[in-house]
Amino acid sequence: MANIISDETIEYVGILAKLELSDAEKEQAKSDMGKMLDYIDKLGELDTEGVEPMSHVFPVQNVFREDTVTNGDTREELLANAPEQKDGMFVVPKTFA
Amino acid sequence: MSITDMTAVQLAEAIRAGRTTAVEATEAVLTRIEAQDKIYNCYVTVDADGALAQAKEAQARIEAGELTGALAGVPVAIKDNMCTEGMLTTCSSKILYNFVPAYTAEAVLNLRKAGAIILGKTNMDEFAMGSTTETSAFGVTRNPWNTDHVPGGSSGGSAAAVAADECFYALGSDTGGSIRQPAAYCGTVGMKPTYGTVSRYGLIAYGSSLDQIGPLTKDVTDCAAVLEAIASHDEKDSTSVAREDTDFTAALIDDVKDMRIGIPNDYFGDGLDGEVKEAVLAAAKALEERGAVVEHFDLSLVEYAIPTYYTIAAAEASSNLERFDGIKYGYRTKDYAGLHNMYKRSRSEGFGEEVKRRIMLGSFVLSSGYYDAYYLKALRVKALIKKAFDEAFARYDVILGPVAPATAPKLGESLADPIKMYLGDIYTIAVNLAGLPGISLPCGTDRNGLPIGLQLIGDCFQEKKLIRTAYTYEKIRGAFPKTAKEVG
Repeated sequence: MANIISDETIEYVGILAKLELSDAEKEQAKSDMGKMLDYIDKLGELDTEGVEPMSHVFPVQNVFREDTVTNGDTREELLANAPEQKDGMFVVPKTFA
Repeated sequence: MSITDMTAVQLAEAIRAGRTTAVEATEAVLTRIEAQDKIYNCYVTVDADGALAQAKEAQARIEAGELTGALAGVPVAIKDNMCTEGMLTTCSSKILYNFVPAYTAEAVLNLRKAGAIILGKTNMDEFAMGSTTETSAFGVTRNPWNTDHVPGGSSGGSAAAVAADECFYALGSDTGGSIRQPAAYCGTVGMKPTYGTVSRYGLIAYGSSLDQIGPLTKDVTDCAAVLEAIASHDEKDSTSVAREDTDFTAALIDDVKDMRIGIPNDYFGDGLDGEVKEAVLAAAKALEERGAVVEHFDLSLVEYAIPTYYTIAAAEASSNLERFDGIKYGYRTKDYAGLHNMYKRSRSEGFGEEVKRRIMLGSFVLSSGYYDAYYLKALRVKALIKKAFDEAFARYDVILGPVAPATAPKLGESLADPIKMYLGDIYTIAVNLAGLPGISLPCGTDRNGLPIGLQLIGDCFQEKKLIRTAYTYEKIRGAFPKTAKEVG
């Protein structure tokens, strides 16, 4: 049962993944993803009725701590990594027309 | 014996005894890097000046009696996905080509407290996604045993640096085998601890429910010493586990009498290279002769581990890697129209092919309409895999098998067929899904002189049984040959 990935699906996944693919990359991605899904479909052979999805291997509860500041001010170091910064802020392209 | 031949623990002893100094050792290893790393490319960044300054400080503190630990004054290499304050941290990706963290990963801080000298950052598969270190944006790393072959991955730079004596030990990270497999390919020891044992704070996330930092070392003694130094309960990692039993060097005992060792039949089927099979079974036999109880059994579900892993890891990766958006750090495209186009172009230009492939797959399996069929299904199968291990560990202390189906492939042979490459992870990947500890250590070489890895898997929190078994095997085996030749 081969998975055929449509152009619409690849467009949609591109939006979710925030990736811009060239036409050639889209074709490659359709083929790669189809093959991977064919492979993943193997899991369908297993009966998992009544099995709880396991996100964590240990029984964990929420981990709480007091909301107290323990680190110092590293604003300058953090901003130094930004591609563009101004007046202590990250610069982003215009978001409203 | 040259100073760089020493293990980490031997070097620390020699420094304490005044036979050498941290500065001498650091100079020696930097000279070696200078001479060889043009060929091997183990490092993305070497911080020679910083390392020498740290060495001088450590030496003074050792002489003053302030630093007394088993690793004091010993130079270490760190995989380039762990943040190091003030030192470039790239994940071997173009998208982080200029990223300088403002803080240091907890595991690295623990080493610094133990008096380690940070030499630099090692090459890896981009964002730890790969099995060969060929997906790095900064060139391939070559296997010191044979430079036509890959060192494995994703911690390939760390494993190769240990094998080539370009450090005394290294840290790696293991999401699906990324410490154990390169350790096997490079003839070194590598360990993935129980999930939660080493803090992930400052480890740049790939698959958060699977990622774990661990040591790559020259022998089992070093492995135990390094794990003891990096294990800690950390409030900054909400999955960190408070453990009392982290005195791992106490398990360096040459005795496996009555140790129950299980060999999964499903790890010795089709696809396993004959020479690897022979070497691994010979190691089991040797342990049996020392009093271990060795049995064969059916583990089951082995063939489902890889599709389960790639679903979960890709899903987590697609979410974790959303933070790379061209705004806060890293690469931003030069040419764009508006915010969303900037995101898309920066990411498309900044990420490599394998990373994009996994982000796309992960976005798909998490998308509305497919979430139940793929992602939740994989989490259900994960529960079944965990149960299969629970049943096995009710009968055995240790599971013994190969690390990988074959020895290191040649450069350039793996990336063309991703699924075939993923199949190479078949013996390592289930360990991450079940949160278990696993150790890899050399147990022979094949006809081409390439190392073969033996894997021991333990139940959660049973690292000591692994260390004890590995240590005993290492004593039986004797010193493993060093890589072929001196270079330069």
